Amino acid sequence: METKIVETTAFNILKQAVIYLPDDVKQALQKAYAGETSETGKTQLKAILDNIALAEKYQAPVCQDTGTIIFYVKAGDKVKDLDKVEGAIINAVRKATKEVPLRPNAVDPFTQKNSGDNTGRYIPYINWEIASGSDLEMTVMTKGGGSENVCIGGMLVPGEGVKGLKKFVVDAVIKAGAQPCPPTILGIAVGGGADIAMKTAKKALLKPLNEPNADPELAKLEKEIFEAANMTGIGPMGLGGRTTVLGVHIDYAFRHPASFPAAVAFNCWATRRASARIHADGSVEYLTHKLKW
Amino acid sequence: MAVYKFKTPISEQDIRKLKVNDVLYVTGTIVTARDQAHRRALEYFQQGKPLPLNLEGLAVFHCGPVVSKEGDKWSAVAAGPTTSTRMDIFEDEFIKNFKVRVVIGKGGMGKKTTDAMAKYGAVYGAFTGGAAILAAKAIKNVRGAEWLDLGTPEALWIFEVEEFGPLAVAIDSHGNNIFLDVAKNVEANKQRIYQKLGIPT
Repeated sequence: METKIVETTAFNILKQAVIYLPDDVKQALQKAYAGETSETGKTQLKAILDNIALAEKYQAPVCQDTGTIIFYVKAGDKVKDLDKVEGAIINAVRKATKEVPLRPNAVDPFTQKNSGDNTGRYIPYINWEIASGSDLEMTVMTKGGGSENVCIGGMLVPGEGVKGLKKFVVDAVIKAGAQPCPPTILGIAVGGGADIAMKTAKKALLKPLNEPNADPELAKLEKEIFEAANMTGIGPMGLGGRTTVLGVHIDYAFRHPASFPAAVAFNCWATRRASARIHADGSVEYLTHKLKW
Repeated sequence: MAVYKFKTPISEQDIRKLKVNDVLYVTGTIVTARDQAHRRALEYFQQGKPLPLNLEGLAVFHCGPVVSKEGDKWSAVAAGPTTSTRMDIFEDEFIKNFKVRVVIGKGGMGKKTTDAMAKYGAVYGAFTGGAAILAAKAIKNVRGAEWLDLGTPEALWIFEVEEFGPLAVAIDSHGNNIFLDVAKNVEANKQRIYQKLGIPT
């Protein structure tokens, strides 16, 4: 696979993600606006919808916090030059930072020095997955700092089971309050281990809002938590109202008998994600957005 | 819910007209400051060093913008608010020393800032988090870029704005704070939620 194609595709999905919100998120926001009863809450949702339209019109990033850049790469076992994919992604991030532009958001935690180009140790972060075939599928998530700051992991009591999980999630939503730019999307995961639960919760944020869980029991739990979170009264931007979350996604791994790891990952309303698939012949299929340039 | 349009410098008398849930639009000069700029401004004040500009009657904006530079000219590409709670440790001193009349951000601020706003005459205007282009379109000119050594997100940006808003007045100069009210309401709702989910309290 030509490295240049990987770089161009990574650049394109990154640019798509920061400018154009996915259709499912836009639809959920429109629905929330129609159903919001708090006057102040409604002004916030109106500003959000106006802002989304302006971002599209001017091809500018929808939010100034263009996030920490995370890639999910699913590589077919027959794809060649996989060792060059990381370098291509890093080049794409540098180019996007300059040209879109993106805000430089990669800071050395010890010297506090900003690298200026959104790259640094482990950043952009790449999650790898091996599949069969000869396609290379890439998804990018740019994750805002406000919603990241309230993500939470916990080791719950196995004996309390799902009830303990529900309390953990409700408490997390209440503690987060206005900080993650509600209405938010919740990624929830249990099992595996402390790290696995958080990674799985974050990955769950990639699922479209209009796709309920394939497992009917989990779909029911998602709905229950969705309704509970919207009963809090936190509302858009924490100014009060009935719209606190836009959607809930649950995923899990099997757990150790003694452990019940749980994680809640928050995404702000400005949920930015985009995907593309590169075929062996070099043709590119954009999976979430139309290419507009 | 009344709508106000103020021009900077804003007087204490005007700012005291505002009540929570009012909507405010600001025209004139607003200055960005996040954690590092707040800290440095207060250090300068202690040392008797002047700030790059006099902030009296202006608005301070919790924002780290996306900016671009063509030749010598900066422009704001995207400029929504950042979470204000991080600035809570500085804001009472900031309001007292520099007499800013409007603090713009998202997520609200606490009791200490609310008290300072009541005492010295200032309000907190909540700008919709993430509405970065809405904000950028109201920024007509980047008049100055100071303290760039802090990095572009943390620098002090001086913006000339026209009808910057809508700002939801969430803390007024009379001791009212929507965020603290919502928090009380949420705490009461929590018990109902626990009950509905069968969580023992």
